[in-house]
Amino acid sequence: MKKLTTLFAATALATLMAGSAWSKTFVYCSEGSPEGFDPGLYTAGTTFDAAAHTVYNRLLEFKKGTTEVEPGLAESWTISDDGLVYTFKLRPGVKFQTTEFFTPTRELTADDVVFSYERQLKADNPWNKYITGASWEYAAGMGFPEVIKSVEKVDDLTVKFTLTRKEAPFLANIAMPFASILSKEYADKLQADGKMEQMNQMPLGTGPFAFVAYQQDAVIRYKANPDYWGGKQKIDDLVFAITTDASVRFQKLQAGECHLMPYPNAADVEKMKADPNLKVMEQAGLNVAYLAYNTTQAPFDKPEVRKALNKAINKQAIVDAVFQGAAQPAVNPIPPTMWSYNDKLEDDTYEPEKAKKMLEDAGVKDLSMKLWAMPVSRPYMLNARRAAELMQSDFAKVGVKVEIVSYEWAEYLDKSKAKDRDGAVILGWTGDNGDPDNFLDTLLGCNAVGGNNRAQWCNQEFDALVKKAKETSDVAERTKLYEEAQAVFKREAPWATIDHSLSVVPMRKNVEGFVQSPLGDFAFDGVDITE
Amino acid sequence: MFRFLLGRLAVLIPTFVGVSIIAFSFIRLLPGDPVALLSGERVMSPERHAEISHALGFDRPIVVQYLDYLWGVLHGDFGTSIVTKKPVIDQFFELFPATVELSLCAILFAVILGIPAGVIAAIKRGSAVDQAMMGTALVGFSMPIFWWGLLLIMLVSGMLQWTPVSGRISLMYFFPPVTGFMLIDSLLSGQAGAFKSAVSHLILPTIVLGTIPLAVIARQTRSAMLEVLSEDYVRTARAKGLSTFRVVGVHALRNAMIPVVTTIGLQVGVMLAGAILTETIFSWPGIGKWMVDSVSRRDYAVIQGGLLVIAAVIMLVNLIVDLLYGLINPRIRH
Repeated sequence: MKKLTTLFAATALATLMAGSAWSKTFVYCSEGSPEGFDPGLYTAGTTFDAAAHTVYNRLLEFKKGTTEVEPGLAESWTISDDGLVYTFKLRPGVKFQTTEFFTPTRELTADDVVFSYERQLKADNPWNKYITGASWEYAAGMGFPEVIKSVEKVDDLTVKFTLTRKEAPFLANIAMPFASILSKEYADKLQADGKMEQMNQMPLGTGPFAFVAYQQDAVIRYKANPDYWGGKQKIDDLVFAITTDASVRFQKLQAGECHLMPYPNAADVEKMKADPNLKVMEQAGLNVAYLAYNTTQAPFDKPEVRKALNKAINKQAIVDAVFQGAAQPAVNPIPPTMWSYNDKLEDDTYEPEKAKKMLEDAGVKDLSMKLWAMPVSRPYMLNARRAAELMQSDFAKVGVKVEIVSYEWAEYLDKSKAKDRDGAVILGWTGDNGDPDNFLDTLLGCNAVGGNNRAQWCNQEFDALVKKAKETSDVAERTKLYEEAQAVFKREAPWATIDHSLSVVPMRKNVEGFVQSPLGDFAFDGVDITE
Repeated sequence: MFRFLLGRLAVLIPTFVGVSIIAFSFIRLLPGDPVALLSGERVMSPERHAEISHALGFDRPIVVQYLDYLWGVLHGDFGTSIVTKKPVIDQFFELFPATVELSLCAILFAVILGIPAGVIAAIKRGSAVDQAMMGTALVGFSMPIFWWGLLLIMLVSGMLQWTPVSGRISLMYFFPPVTGFMLIDSLLSGQAGAFKSAVSHLILPTIVLGTIPLAVIARQTRSAMLEVLSEDYVRTARAKGLSTFRVVGVHALRNAMIPVVTTIGLQVGVMLAGAILTETIFSWPGIGKWMVDSVSRRDYAVIQGGLLVIAAVIMLVNLIVDLLYGLINPRIRH
């Protein structure tokens, strides 16, 4: 009897599905399984693409294709004169999704915002540890528990954040995926039913797509949210076909089994460009790879010496050999897609003869140094060993002997932090929130010496500019300060800037409206397929 | 028979205990803090660390921890995934049918092609056919699975577009699993074309996973056959003027099959190892892909628990094969 019921139910469902076979389905061959569906709990881009950019929204959003913030669930905001109180006006009439597992009875209010933040900030909130091992790693990493003193409801559509200190990147931070807004009504229902874990398995938010089903490691299904405040999407169904192997993703794209794929193999890109059924988007990724000298040690404490070595490196050759062209040589420590990028600065040109002379003038003779090569492949540096070998031969031409060293990855990160560490280190960084502060202060500020500042470089002029920018809310003013800071950086040359890798997105020719994100997200609102 | 079973169990139990010790030590011997690895929390205050450490029982003597672990395992508690928070054993049974389905198809493919190939090679011993077949078998046996898989995808799916690239069924079809076996579920779903789609998705993974067993079975059949063909009773049968077909098909084949059956049984472990690569290449949601995904997600609880469950399944299957074999061929029992 039970079998019959199942059979009947399956047939009924099949009939329903047959009706929707005419609907427009967009298939994304994603690169991996999400860690879960509560973006606050995780740090991986894969998870954010599957949860934060489909099901949820945030108070503010990054304007498509840029790192600037624009209104999201908050329509407008004011900042108090002392820069400590942020008051957000919520968009009225925002509906939560209606799904098979939950039917909301009310629209978005300040309660949902307070709930979404407090569970991440307060250890005594019942949702703080709603799954074993829950940790709000991103919120902790961004210093939210220290920075945010309180999140309060003023009225149904007004919410007030009080900070403990000035924090210019704050607006960018709350536009990040981990700060997604969940439904308190749904949370209360799950709590009452004793099914809190469901929040991480069957998400429900205000976003453009509503969650339908997830089959572990295979497929995630979404439906366009008909009540979306930004308007219903042009595609009816969104499917994530989880395909971990990059070559297989490419084959599926070619065969028309998916419409768009992330992270192609560098070696396949030419073939993709040649395929008449495909088109390829390219953009500098929000990252940088660099070679950090230890500026506290002779002879690297002299800017002339660092400058000379920078001139000895043939960057274009590294980009060609390591990335097969899928990268561009870096001039500044921030990528060109980021606001405040100083495009007036000139790079240290490759001139081995001149570099040799500069070294002689600086009194450097028979220099032999260690060069650290990362043991792993990262988006900004696919093969550090190969890059190191190229630099080794470049340096040999100017009479500098190089010994390449490497350690296990965790050890590498740890050891390279040490202030008395020897030689120069290859490393890089991918931006989190699109704010220049996330590169300039995080990687080069005096506070970061002995930590992320692998050059151990503490320059008062640079640091003052960056610190001042951090405390300024005006974007034009900040832009000016950061431009100046980059000029100081280029003059003092604590790093040889190596490259910004390109992020390459191949898709079917008939895909319209996909915008590449400098932050590396894949979001499908606004996407359409034409026949 | 009972003594035989006891003897087998006497070997099996220490083996299982050994594997459980390895699985148990796995997390403690890895570089990194086991508390962080098992809880999945990377940013921890010392108090929180102590709290989790206590909750996980890491503050007890190691022997007690192990016995507790073994006790849990014997009661079906293989740990809980750090990522999905679901019991490892539940996830295992969710994904296992996909692997079983693929493995059965691959074994079937290997047997159906492998045995006739071996028999033909044996009959035509030394001929060009024999040499070509055994050469091919050698190539098949030494083929790296991931390369072979990608090659087939490129040729058959990419260039010829005969089969889909990956997955178990077209994403057009959407129905809840009933048995977990896609071939059955697609029929039950009542959706036109679903079964056909499931079959077409199975073709390439079956070939890739079946290639090595196919080569092994073909070679084993050939050598067993050659041995049997040189025996007196076969010569007698031939002398009596029976047709080659009768001699080979009825008299020789039956006896030659005994070692071949053992070989097929032994392929179970090989299949699971091969499934790890095959499933990853074809995005086949079975336990092989699950293990690989767990490694990339650093879901140590799954790797630890999964290893033990898989080891237990292999041991169990081998035990069953042994017992069946003992029933078929009583001589083995002594």
